[in-house]
Amino acid sequence: MKFGVLQFPGSCDEVDALHAAGRVGDAELLWHGERDLRGADAIVVPGGFSYGDYLRAGAIARFSPVMESVIAFARDGGLVLGICNGFQVLCEARLLPGALLPNANLRFTFRQVDLEVVEEETAFTCACAGGELERSERAGARGERSEGSAADGHPILSIPAKHSWGRYHADGQTLAAMRERGQVVLRYAPGENFNGSLQDIAGVRNERGNVFGLMPHPEHAVDELTGSSDGLCIFASMRLAVEGARV
Amino acid sequence: MRARVLIRPKAGILDPQGEAVQRALPALGFEGVGHVHVGRLVELDVEDSTQLESMCEKLLANPLVEDYEIQLLDGAPV
Repeated sequence: MKFGVLQFPGSCDEVDALHAAGRVGDAELLWHGERDLRGADAIVVPGGFSYGDYLRAGAIARFSPVMESVIAFARDGGLVLGICNGFQVLCEARLLPGALLPNANLRFTFRQVDLEVVEEETAFTCACAGGELERSERAGARGERSEGSAADGHPILSIPAKHSWGRYHADGQTLAAMRERGQVVLRYAPGENFNGSLQDIAGVRNERGNVFGLMPHPEHAVDELTGSSDGLCIFASMRLAVEGARV
Repeated sequence: MRARVLIRPKAGILDPQGEAVQRALPALGFEGVGHVHVGRLVELDVEDSTQLESMCEKLLANPLVEDYEIQLLDGAPV
């Protein structure tokens, strides 16, 4: 199982992403100017400020040569994870619904946040259920689907978020359709939505379920030494999904 | 031909920059100010102005969250 981690001019979290992916599989950096994904089984679009975030975050990176290949890879069903700036790039590329807007507080904010894993049976969260993770006490409070976890609530991930453009927005019709299809994968736990995202949305997947983006940074939370290893389950889930698909 | 593209947040979407400016103006003594929105201005010379709309849809604006308005300036230096 090999992860390909993209690197744009202005990326700054690709090394942590490489390290995190390397905890669960092989991982290699892929330069933005190249089209060859070098046989990667899954792609990580990392955080940072690709192309200086000129015009809008992710607007220019979306047209880079490597993204042409990533878009084709995603259309073929390949797993693509976008973190922070990577999430913005995937939204700009229309691989994910919606857009990221400036934080409601107009500030760059860096803090540890609790996230509820609303959808536990996805290619990006299937290894996040159970284990030692704390569970929330408000399952079903929003009327969302919660089969199998109604008694215990949703698993909670504690991972850092650091961004100034993280306010998730989609129109009402899109949001309703996303909820219906289980595309809202992560929500900020009560009191944690510092950026003003609609419906506390922190992470979403596409309709097919093979592309996922989130604003917080699982790659910065893969070792207890730095406060939390909760982010590792995102990468472990991708490995399970890729290897399950091979069987 | 020189063109200007005005890009602004779509109506109904929270515009915290506009709100911050709207709150700041009365603090400076400017009363009676409302409906403040902050957007972007892109100025460019183009050979074929019929391409401007496509440029806006694909790159200059994000039509999911922004409206844009194209102004042609008829070759006059700005």
